[in-house]
Amino acid sequence: MAEHIVSSYDNDLQGLRRRITEMGGIAEKMLVDSIAALVRHDKGLAQSVITSDSRLDVLQREVEESAILTIARRQPLAVDLRETISAIRVSGDVERIGDLAKNIAKRALAIGEEFQPQKIVLGLQHMSDLVLGQLKDVLDAYAQQDTVRAVDVWRRDGAIDALYTSLFRELLTYMMEDPRNISFCTHLLFCAKNIERIGDHTTNIAETVHYLVLGENLAIDRPKNDRSIDAAVNVGA
Amino acid sequence: MSQISVSAGGALGNARVADASAPARIAVRALNFYYGDFHSLKHISMDFFDRQVTALIGPSGCGKSTLLRTFNRIYSLYPEQRAEGEILLDGQNILSSSVDVNELRARVGMVFQKPTPFPMSIYDNIAFGIRLYEKLPKSELDGRIEEALRKAALWDEVKDKLRQSGMGLSGGQQQRLCIARTIAQKPEVILLDEPTSALDPISTGKIEELIEQLRSEFTIVIVTHNMQQAARISQFTAFMYLGELVEFGPTNKMFMNPSKKQTQDYITGRFG
Repeated sequence: MAEHIVSSYDNDLQGLRRRITEMGGIAEKMLVDSIAALVRHDKGLAQSVITSDSRLDVLQREVEESAILTIARRQPLAVDLRETISAIRVSGDVERIGDLAKNIAKRALAIGEEFQPQKIVLGLQHMSDLVLGQLKDVLDAYAQQDTVRAVDVWRRDGAIDALYTSLFRELLTYMMEDPRNISFCTHLLFCAKNIERIGDHTTNIAETVHYLVLGENLAIDRPKNDRSIDAAVNVGA
Repeated sequence: MSQISVSAGGALGNARVADASAPARIAVRALNFYYGDFHSLKHISMDFFDRQVTALIGPSGCGKSTLLRTFNRIYSLYPEQRAEGEILLDGQNILSSSVDVNELRARVGMVFQKPTPFPMSIYDNIAFGIRLYEKLPKSELDGRIEEALRKAALWDEVKDKLRQSGMGLSGGQQQRLCIARTIAQKPEVILLDEPTSALDPISTGKIEELIEQLRSEFTIVIVTHNMQQAARISQFTAFMYLGELVEFGPTNKMFMNPSKKQTQDYITGRFG
């Protein structure tokens, strides 16, 4: 893309991209660390995840303020307007990803060293690996304005939903087996839901990348595979 | 695997959206224009739709004002300037020598960059234009003048001083007076050549509001250097460069996602 006649305009847009890259890096690390803290019962690590969320909040606010100023000062059009609006959207999604990772870290602290069924923990780990791959890919797609990669991320969200549904069923079974399991199972269920929600936010970002590059929105209907609602109905029946 | 589909249109289902089903009021066909030896417009073909605002944008010297000036043949005041091709106004080629230029200019009104009130009263500024083409009794003339001033959103400000000089009005009022003078002749098409470039933001806002209202009756073509203005008030936008029509399409598309790189570079301020 050619440079603007007014070079400070380029600096404004680069500033938005730079902040989002930093936010992406922090969010990735928060997700990895929160799961590690959960699996390894590492309270120090959980605490550091909780602390790092504030930096994400600050960066998101900076992106929003800078984008609003850019709109007011420069009245961006076409790709510049899409880039400015996309920065607001993506920073919102990444900030939410940080909140969800922080919530997993808080639950890791709450569960402490209570018994955790290995199968469930491995399932969570696997789900988190999948989502982390999605997050890395979609952030790269954003940085490189790569719509093929973004659409690939968008399509893969269904697999995460399917894993979530299976974890949901397993946790439900543990809870029915022994009421003493309910406390930690509920925490783990929320952790699984948080990871699934992070997947949804990566899908949001994939849609934003598509819009940013091509100026067109992807279809409203996403590939969905979350059947946990059906599972609840079956158990009650 | 689910099929990727792209949603069309979007949320802009309001009156500002271009209506390409409107009939073409002006059809330009293979138009070439020359200032002496200089080839100023190169093979332009495009339609201007009925009761839609079309904005012409492009860098200085790209030919947008030249194109505007062909629609009422105002260029024919200068012998070294000539147009070739066809400009069909309601199907009739206005470049034909058989067309009465005075009658054409009543059908195609024009407002310029700088307000051009005549050194006479507000009333006579408008009556002057009407008297050129029609002989009306006083009461009817009064009615036409009031109607024109109302449509130009100027009536309330000048109704008590119609006999005062038009030169005493503010710049924005003078421009609306010029628009009233144009409207009074009941044209089909109104050409606006950078009508707000000499006005403050308040006067500009009033003119833009006026253009939006006039659209229900007239076909409007506006030349503007202000991208945001083009985006705000037009339904169609044409980007011209070096005498050629680079891209022409619905304004929302032109300013959100233009097809040509040259258009994008120009509207985003990347023009080398």
